Amino acid sequence: MLKNSPKKYGLVAKFLHWLTAITVIALFAVGLWMVDLDYYDAWYTKAPYYHKSVGILLGLLMVLRMLWRISNTTPVPPKNHQLWEIQSARLAHGLFYLLIFLMIISGYLISTADNRSIDVMGWFEIPSLGSLIDNQEDTAGLIHEWLAYVLIGLASIHGIAALKHHFYDKDETLKRMI
Amino acid sequence: MKIIGSVFLIMLLASFSAAAAEYRIDDRGAHASINFKIKHLGYSWLTGRFNTFSGTFNYDAENPNAASIKVDIDVTSIDSNHAERDKHLRGSDFLNVDKFPKANFNSTKITDKGNGKIEVVGELTLHGVTKSITIDAEKIGEGKDPWGGYRAGFAGETKIRLKDFGMQERLGPASTEVYLDLHVEGIRK
Repeated sequence: MLKNSPKKYGLVAKFLHWLTAITVIALFAVGLWMVDLDYYDAWYTKAPYYHKSVGILLGLLMVLRMLWRISNTTPVPPKNHQLWEIQSARLAHGLFYLLIFLMIISGYLISTADNRSIDVMGWFEIPSLGSLIDNQEDTAGLIHEWLAYVLIGLASIHGIAALKHHFYDKDETLKRMI
Repeated sequence: MKIIGSVFLIMLLASFSAAAAEYRIDDRGAHASINFKIKHLGYSWLTGRFNTFSGTFNYDAENPNAASIKVDIDVTSIDSNHAERDKHLRGSDFLNVDKFPKANFNSTKITDKGNGKIEVVGELTLHGVTKSITIDAEKIGEGKDPWGGYRAGFAGETKIRLKDFGMQERLGPASTEVYLDLHVEGIRK
């Protein structure tokens, strides 16, 4: 039940999947909202603080998720899936890992460009590696912003594809993850 | 002897004209700085500076009213010792450096007020807006340096209003004006 089987995802994989999904969407929404907050808004300093904390925690979650993925069987694709569907799903899943890690790294590079560390919920601090490139916060900021749109675009395709399998193809694809 | 005499005369003339000569602001040796400060919430001063700029000035102590100065500032080099804030200041909420990466100041009238005080009027272009500003300056000193050069240095202060340079005043009622604190040392060319 906890572990994956060749037919189904286990509870741990489901939990990690949905927690990642909620966290990524929440980070995106908060990120969009917080950069336009008024200077006198009560959230002006709190929102970026929690955005950074949750982002770092997501990084830890993703490491756990990768460890779980490689130490576990991956369910085989449902029989009705075409080869191009299987291949593009694989590509999309790989891109998710890549994009999420790049988001965390670029976000980290914004906040640590001046040697400041990132405080995570007051529990611990992630130290800075210093300034690695000129105007690092600007370059990292642009990458962070654009990759966020790419990531949410990919997530939308991912979600639409799951719904298409569920309602149009009426197959097991979505049910295996719920 | 005649030739030697005229060479000497030319050298003498050259050294006279050098007294009114042009100085290059010593940004390479960082003996110059463009600092700013603005009130934070009305409770304290937030300070920062522009790290990259270059400029020249003309100055002759015998004829200070004929002096002039021009400075080009790389606005993207703003540094308030906080990367996230600098990113915000460079963005479209404030300096919009993608569109306006350069600022400059060109003096139009310099008046010696006596006692080393100098009034520098000039055009400041910042955020795409050009406005006349007045800098209250003072001469700090001039003379030979220990390495074969000749230097003159000044300090100046002025304040500008964010709104006057097309920037929205987002930081509250106490934070609408930026004070500029300027220090230049020039090496005679």
